[in-house]
Amino acid sequence: MERILFFVLAAVALVSGVLLVTRRNPVLSVIYLVVNFFALAGLYLLLSAQFIAAIQIIVYAGAIMVLFLFVIMLLNLGDEEKLAEHVNARRIAGVALAVALGVEIVAVFLVKAGSGLAVKSPAAAAIGTAEGVGRALFTRFLLPFEVTSLLLLAAIVGAILLAKKKMD
Amino acid sequence: MIPLDYYLILSALLFTFGVIGVVIRRNVIIVFMSIELMLNSVNLTLVGYSAYLGDPTGQMLVFFVIAVAAAEAAVGLGIVIALFRLRRTVNVDEINILKW
Repeated sequence: MERILFFVLAAVALVSGVLLVTRRNPVLSVIYLVVNFFALAGLYLLLSAQFIAAIQIIVYAGAIMVLFLFVIMLLNLGDEEKLAEHVNARRIAGVALAVALGVEIVAVFLVKAGSGLAVKSPAAAAIGTAEGVGRALFTRFLLPFEVTSLLLLAAIVGAILLAKKKMD
Repeated sequence: MIPLDYYLILSALLFTFGVIGVVIRRNVIIVFMSIELMLNSVNLTLVGYSAYLGDPTGQMLVFFVIAVAAAEAAVGLGIVIALFRLRRTVNVDEINILKW
């Protein structure tokens, strides 16, 4: 059962990833990215990381992708015919290098990284709950958590400043 | 039970798609979304390791990556809007004012 779920979710993630990269219309790309995020949230659930799965959907698929959609509609990029994207040698070379990078990552993972880890840790179920995440977040990771608030403040100020009508 | 390798390979493939998107697309917003895809593929690796090693550190890192990604999206899209206002384009080949 878990195996079937994994392969279905993995297939959805991969197909939506390909479609995201190849669609001409950015609105469609956003939709496929949201599909991809939902598939990843399902995979997080399979890995018993409930809290991360929830914030994946709320923050990523909810907040960040709505921001993308807003910007696309603000800039009125619905028709992409002006933006000619033709195949040229530089682009083919780029794809070849990217594929080489992917093969390399897979090779490294297969040779070293996952070896000996075939079974989920029995502790995993307790870690991924809101309780487990909160416990770790407010004890061992309290300082980074507080620093995150400063980061978000800086981002808010920066975004307002950048999007202001006139820079003076 | 699924071995961890499956998750790692899936995330490697997703990362590769993200890299391909950054390399071949010229629309700055789609380049941006490809970067988000790459961030997410790394998150999958972190959650996978966290579950298989029974260590919460990976999930903490994912939490902070999501917070940083939210900040990055806000600032990045602000830059896109400012650039569009200035240059009337989202084509990264035409945005070269920093090129010497």
